[in-house]
Amino acid sequence: MSIAFTHKQSAHCENGVVSNLLRFHGMEVDEPLVFGIGSGLLFSYLPFIRLNGIPVVSYRIWPGQIFKRFSNRTGIKIERQKFSSTKTAMDALDRQLDKGQPVGMLTSVFYLDYLPAAYRFHFNAHNIIVFGKENGRYQVSDPIMEYTTELSYEDLVRARFAKGMPEPSGRMYYPVQVPAHADFEKAIWTGIKQTSHDMTQIPMPLIGTKGMKYLSKRLRKWPERIGNRKAILWLGNMIRMQEEIGTGGAGFRFIYAAFLDQASARLKNDALFELSKKLTQSGDQLREIAYYAGRVCKSRTSDIKSFGELGDMLERTAAFEHEVFSELYQLSKSR
Amino acid sequence: MKENQVPQDEENLNEGKLAKLYYATDDKGHYLKVNSIGWEPETVAMQQAWEVVNAEVEEAREKVLSGKASPILFYLKKNIMNVPILASYVGTISPMVRLHMIPFFFHRLSDKMKAKYAATFRISVEELTDITDLKKQS
Repeated sequence: MSIAFTHKQSAHCENGVVSNLLRFHGMEVDEPLVFGIGSGLLFSYLPFIRLNGIPVVSYRIWPGQIFKRFSNRTGIKIERQKFSSTKTAMDALDRQLDKGQPVGMLTSVFYLDYLPAAYRFHFNAHNIIVFGKENGRYQVSDPIMEYTTELSYEDLVRARFAKGMPEPSGRMYYPVQVPAHADFEKAIWTGIKQTSHDMTQIPMPLIGTKGMKYLSKRLRKWPERIGNRKAILWLGNMIRMQEEIGTGGAGFRFIYAAFLDQASARLKNDALFELSKKLTQSGDQLREIAYYAGRVCKSRTSDIKSFGELGDMLERTAAFEHEVFSELYQLSKSR
Repeated sequence: MKENQVPQDEENLNEGKLAKLYYATDDKGHYLKVNSIGWEPETVAMQQAWEVVNAEVEEAREKVLSGKASPILFYLKKNIMNVPILASYVGTISPMVRLHMIPFFFHRLSDKMKAKYAATFRISVEELTDITDLKKQS
């Protein structure tokens, strides 16, 4: 059986799943709008949490939050399930597919054979939609892919029940109630307010633009503190997080700027478009940092000068973004 | 990033399977969606991450071939796992997995346990136990 399902590619998996699922239920929301209303943008540097010995740098909120916030703000009701047994999980999926309901779920990238090998690390919070089953193979809409793909029963089980942090535990979700007319104006402002607040107002040095500034200071000292080899690894990790599938090396800034662009058109608010243009600039600055850092990684010589320069660049971007988001915060506060 | 600045670097790791979606601006600063086949800094960062993995796999292979470790170590590294993750896949605790990485204990593993390890690594039991294969793969 197969469900009439339109797949559209997106830059980031969670936005894309939400956007594609809601299109099926008659609510047309583009990816940036999901990202903006769900307040997906955030910066955090968490040196006390290490993944494979590398401190965590993140350019967005943790997985699952975007959908949660988006549905709260637009009045969508979602059914979420998690399972302890693989069989019940797959049966529950089959039942929903029989009803004609496409289902979003958490998977591990490692077992998604249709992705290029280079991407297949143990990243356990990748969102995909399964929208049908034909000849025992599941039809998959992976938002980062251009076209829909297929997975075998065994691979889907493995992907849904991967171990490690975080464990997907067969988590799946689908909207059960989608309002015909959601109040997007209010939702957009709530989204903007939270993002701009979190980026500028949280009194902790590791989060938001303060976190960027802090990272820029620590970054300069990496070569002498941890040695060349590790400094380059940490830097490489920073770029990988910044580039995280499809964000164009700008750590989600371009998607957020696209959101501000769409919001300004929807709400007929020119100030938002001006801020969108500014955020585009800061995204370009981040891209430049990534480009430069990529060259440092490639040449493998982490002379302190280049790390110092990268730190300076990041600090400038932090100061610039602080201005942009402060302005955005003032704008949203008056609503 | 302008529409015409979206990187299309031929040298990438996408195997032609993936052209990512980028958001880029037109002349007036409004956003469009553009596909990109690859970008050098990203490729470099990914290659770097894989080099670390590959170096560890090589190290593990040598250890297994010289009899210092059981094939479990090699396949653990090859599947980019770590001991706690592997332990939860095969349904045991980390210290047991560490024991099974010592050839002496590996050879005394029950068939059932070997099958569990093999299933976790997506290979057959023969492939798991036969280390002559490891020599060829280099």
